[in-house]
Amino acid sequence: MGFFNEAKSLFKVNIRDYGMYIALIVIMLTFSIMTNGLFMSSRNISNLLDSAGYIAVLAVGMTLVIVIRHIDLSVGFAAGFLGAITAILLAQVGLPIYLTIPIILVLGVVVGLFNGVLVASIGIPSFVATLAGMLIYRGALLQVTEKTGTIIINDDNFNAIGNGFIPSILQINGLHLLSLLVGLVGILLYIYSEISTRKSKLKYQFEVVSKEIFIMKLVMVSAIIAYITWILAGYNGFSWTVVIMLLVVVVYHFLTTKTVLGRHIYAVGSNPEAAHLSGINVKKITYIVFGSMGMLAALSGMLFTSRLQSATTTAGTLFELDAIAAAYVGGVSSAGGVGKVTGAIIGAIVMASLSSGMNLLGVGISYQYMIRGGVLAGAVIFDVMTRKQRG
Amino acid sequence: MSEYILEMNGISKEFTGVKALDNVNFKVKKGEIHCLIGENGAGKSTLMKVLSGVYPYGTYQGDIVFEGNVQQFNKISDSVKVGIGIIYQELALFPDLTVYENIFAGNEVKRGPFINWNQTIVESTKMLEKVKLNVTPETLIKDLSIGKQQLVEIAKALSKEVKLLILDEPTAALNEDDSENLLEVLSELKNQGISCIMISHKLKEVISIADKATVLRDGRTICTLDASKGEISESIIIKNMVGREINDIYPKRANKLFGENVLELTNWSAYDVQLGRKVVKDVNLHVKKGEIIGIAGLMGSGRTELALSIFGNPKAYKLQGNLVVNGSSKPFKHTRDAIKAGIAYVTEDRKGDGLFLIQDIKNNVTVANLHGISTNGIINTNEEVKVAEDYKRSLNIKASSLEQVVGNLSGGNQQKVSLGKWLFAGPKILILDEPTRGIDVGAKFEIYTIMNKLINEGMSIIMISSELGEVLGMSDRIYVMAEGKVKGEMAIDVATQENIMKLATQ
Repeated sequence: MGFFNEAKSLFKVNIRDYGMYIALIVIMLTFSIMTNGLFMSSRNISNLLDSAGYIAVLAVGMTLVIVIRHIDLSVGFAAGFLGAITAILLAQVGLPIYLTIPIILVLGVVVGLFNGVLVASIGIPSFVATLAGMLIYRGALLQVTEKTGTIIINDDNFNAIGNGFIPSILQINGLHLLSLLVGLVGILLYIYSEISTRKSKLKYQFEVVSKEIFIMKLVMVSAIIAYITWILAGYNGFSWTVVIMLLVVVVYHFLTTKTVLGRHIYAVGSNPEAAHLSGINVKKITYIVFGSMGMLAALSGMLFTSRLQSATTTAGTLFELDAIAAAYVGGVSSAGGVGKVTGAIIGAIVMASLSSGMNLLGVGISYQYMIRGGVLAGAVIFDVMTRKQRG
Repeated sequence: MSEYILEMNGISKEFTGVKALDNVNFKVKKGEIHCLIGENGAGKSTLMKVLSGVYPYGTYQGDIVFEGNVQQFNKISDSVKVGIGIIYQELALFPDLTVYENIFAGNEVKRGPFINWNQTIVESTKMLEKVKLNVTPETLIKDLSIGKQQLVEIAKALSKEVKLLILDEPTAALNEDDSENLLEVLSELKNQGISCIMISHKLKEVISIADKATVLRDGRTICTLDASKGEISESIIIKNMVGREINDIYPKRANKLFGENVLELTNWSAYDVQLGRKVVKDVNLHVKKGEIIGIAGLMGSGRTELALSIFGNPKAYKLQGNLVVNGSSKPFKHTRDAIKAGIAYVTEDRKGDGLFLIQDIKNNVTVANLHGISTNGIINTNEEVKVAEDYKRSLNIKASSLEQVVGNLSGGNQQKVSLGKWLFAGPKILILDEPTRGIDVGAKFEIYTIMNKLINEGMSIIMISSELGEVLGMSDRIYVMAEGKVKGEMAIDVATQENIMKLATQ
């Protein structure tokens, strides 16, 4: 098989996976051209990724919730409420940051498990159960911020999470050295893992793609990592938000693709009855997925609070819908069992890119909502069409 | 006008290459109760669907003549219009509405554009009297017993001025009193000139009520028996039902060596909380090592429920009695516990609750035993591919690659994937529920061969099957179930189609 034929057939088979990457590249190119390159400037990309952070981590959890055929509407105000608790613990109680963060994450798990109990044990439809949660946390947020209004946080370490960058050891030609190193290590790790996977596949005598395709893939992905690193290094380097986002993706990607737990989650999503009859504890999986959603809501709340350096009375408004939109743009299917964690992050970045690009172009907010709605509908239409083709 | 209210002449119906009905002739006289009898899959339901317009005119061959006119039903409402009413096994009532709302649902009594509720109630009372149902029309359906709900269904049909009433196993879910009551109502309706077609597996009922009985087998009319000529008797009906030839498609096992009991049930009962009745009643059963147990019976006889009650009880029945597996008493709390104890259950409905259709072959084969290919919860994907590849080869699963999505495979190959999944879990007792339903002869033979191989390796198999040929061809010992009970146990050398069917239709 020739190089191009192989590339073509790979592309055809995986069009659903590649679709959103292509969409992201098209969106980025379009905005770059329309803004004369301003869109791809270091400063803009850095801001864009930071602004996507708190939605992206929610979208990761939401993807898994949707994969097991549920929904979680409570995460927006849960994030807002937990963000306010963070502010109270730091600014009013005076707890140190290294105690506050674990406490809030654990509280998040508790919040998520509460939804899990309502859905899995009592049998309330997740839409209703989490809608109730949404109202409760909204009230709770208003309650804790009632007396003080906005709670200002003066802890610099905490505020760095949403605004700070990893330290630079040296500036070379205005580039951020540590970020460059991180990028380089990232590329090396990627190449190492790909080569070792290929080697072990060859050892078991499994089918692998041809050498040319393999090298092309390595070069392309490395180039993309290098390019993003270079852009970010041109401003202040990797922000803590981006680092946290990457950590979440790496951990969740590993969990969902390489572990028994991940396989069980997708099994429950694609056929709950068959999963039960295969010895999978469907209730337990539901608890775990909602628990993880709650924890990520806590993380999202802290990212947002840190970004604003304060807790506000309206924090978290509509986060849940942005996360759901990002998950769907990222290729999750409401029929269950389909959807990737990496897709959720790309979906969140696509939505953030749209906002950022349209802001640069000075598009009115009314049109922005309509265009983002159109993109969401388009993504789901694409998903439905490609699935029909396959089936 | 002819004496027949209904004549179905030369009806044939095909489903993608399979002949479900082959030149069926079926005639019903005015004012008679005509029973339609046959094994599962004989074509009874298909024939009734042709008659009621579920399969529209043009999708079958042959003529339907109703009251002397050739009919062309394009949809169900066409058959309702001429006076044909059908009542399915699963009742089509709205549980949260009242009796009178249900009786006139879709057929409302109107004054102008509005519903005349008072008139509706008056009319409903009349209908309820006709079916001898003594409840107020305001009662909610969900507060009635199933037997009474059935009568409401009949009242609903009467409100549409039905001339020919079709009932699909009306007494399957009823207790004896309710059954008797229902049959009485049918006799009463007969006196009022309403004809009735009743599909039934209970031969006692057929004998007590039928004027005529038509036996179908493999999509063909075998005979029509006449009560007035004394032809409707148990032995004649059973002889005509089972006359199918058993082809020699069952591979023989050379040496039959049975060990000790690996599974034993004593006074085993299961109560279905949702249905509100016992689905398994006082079952005593045992399985020896190296034995294939056949569980015969008709649909709804409690065989699948029995399997589920053993296999970790996923439907959360209330269980009674004793289950002993490999010498220790085990009421399993979850399917996982049953799997750990060495039991596997290949489901009847492989698409519904057996397989993960949107996932590939590899994931389906390993899902029940992922811990077998992982360390600390992390899956060794290479090992996984190797395992799946082994099963694909040894079970001869025909697919382009392990990454092929299971939903796109043929029925036979899907069944092999199901088998592979459970074999990888390493069971000692394999429960197969209708293992060869809907798959072609070649694949059937392969599955039988696999079963024999597994037995030779020391496994025990419980095979639930509605195909008598399969039960007789593969089993070492046979249990026959009906109405949730084991009606009889027989050694293979004394079992015949006739005596199995006799027990199954009690």
